[in-house]
Amino acid sequence: MGYRTKAEVMDATAVDRAVTRIAHEVLEANKGASGVALVGIVTRGAALAQRLAAQVSGIEGAQVPVGTLDISFYRDDVGSSLHPEVHRTDIPFDPTGRTVVLVDDVLFTGRTIRAAMDAIMDYGRPDCIQLAVLVDRGHRELPIRADYVGKNVPTSRKERVKVFLTEIDGRDGAEILEESGEGALT
Amino acid sequence: MTLSSKHIITMDDLTPDDITHILDTAESFAEISQRRIKKLPTLRGRTVVNLFLEPSTRTRTSFEIAAKRLSADGINFSASASATVKGESLRDTAATLAAMACDLVVIRHKYAGSPRMLMDVMDCSIVNGGDGMHQHPTQALLDLYTMRQRLGRLEGLTVGIVGDISHSRVAGSLIPALRMVGARPIVIAPATLLPARPDVLGAEVAYDLDEVLGELDVAYMLRIQMERADGMPFPSVREYARFYGMNSARLGRLPAKSIVMHPGPMNRGVEISQDVADSDRSLVLEQVESGVAVRMAIMYLLLGGADSGAAA
Repeated sequence: MGYRTKAEVMDATAVDRAVTRIAHEVLEANKGASGVALVGIVTRGAALAQRLAAQVSGIEGAQVPVGTLDISFYRDDVGSSLHPEVHRTDIPFDPTGRTVVLVDDVLFTGRTIRAAMDAIMDYGRPDCIQLAVLVDRGHRELPIRADYVGKNVPTSRKERVKVFLTEIDGRDGAEILEESGEGALT
Repeated sequence: MTLSSKHIITMDDLTPDDITHILDTAESFAEISQRRIKKLPTLRGRTVVNLFLEPSTRTRTSFEIAAKRLSADGINFSASASATVKGESLRDTAATLAAMACDLVVIRHKYAGSPRMLMDVMDCSIVNGGDGMHQHPTQALLDLYTMRQRLGRLEGLTVGIVGDISHSRVAGSLIPALRMVGARPIVIAPATLLPARPDVLGAEVAYDLDEVLGELDVAYMLRIQMERADGMPFPSVREYARFYGMNSARLGRLPAKSIVMHPGPMNRGVEISQDVADSDRSLVLEQVESGVAVRMAIMYLLLGGADSGAAA
């Protein structure tokens, strides 16, 4: 499982600026915060959703509802070797009739987002689902694109992109990691 | 993280870490029951067979609902509606089911050891839904879950298991389960309802309920299984109720936060009085509710495991 850092693609300032810009873009695209709800995908997407909500309330003075989503039960690869710990899903509002902005740290194959959309639909029928990600690294396997992107990072399939957030990792940033020997891709 | 065993036949198949993992996963599934759409696509295309060759409502229904909520295809077999009545042996029934490629079999059978026997005939995961007077591990797990939700912890809890210990497969699983999580089981019963050597149970033994009442965090009442008893194990049902039944007077002498549990079906007026059964200290219905979430977690962890073959 050896991975080493190949390049830092975002530092703390860049992460902060990206979150601020996305907050503005969300407000611009939806003409304000009314009807907007944020849903972060665990674990780092959830932290990002909280930050976006704080930014939005700073800009607009409005509180947007924030939810947390664990997509484990909606994965299309239940039964393959990955079996991460299941976290709690907490959607404290009815998505019906709202614009739900899904928030995740890295957009890669799009399979996580597919699962997240299915999960949201089980809670209600949103008017619209949008997607905000901190890093888009390409290599989509499904017809999914992000509405708001912090940074586009061209990568090779073998590399990994790791986002660090103070709430979880003690610092902010994003790095490309490459294999340093034998190891499984995730 | 997957479970350390492909089957759950007895509590010995699980480690303390497995138990924690099952209970944590069950918490996520408990939330599903509150939703408008109580269904997940997680086990789509998997087949779960409920092979219930002994009467059961709550366990069978609970497994059935759990399978349906996970989108697995559930097939129910009962003794009366299967070839068993035509004289087919359990081994042949199992081999027949195996030939139809199911992914998980839940078996309830009157003979101890029948779930273990299925392991030889079938490749899929086997879950013991209660075998004779042996074990009923999923009941023990849902009981642990219920205790943890209500009391906030399992370690250090004193749990009095009261009544028909010698015939109880619930006690057979609950005692080792409690020990694995660091709780203290006490079995409380007249000597006629205890095995000949109660010391092998792995629990403390008490003959007088009133003596230990003040120490109990949980009073776990068992039904007297007359159908399994060999003659009358006590002079009268009334006498049993008087000495070993949970009534409002005894409830008052339990510590303030202590709870009363019962695996069902209850015999009101015998091991538990009417008012206690319906009081807010009785968690009987919470146990049933927990059952679905815990069984969903078990199916998810067994069928989602790396060994269960190709998916994706």
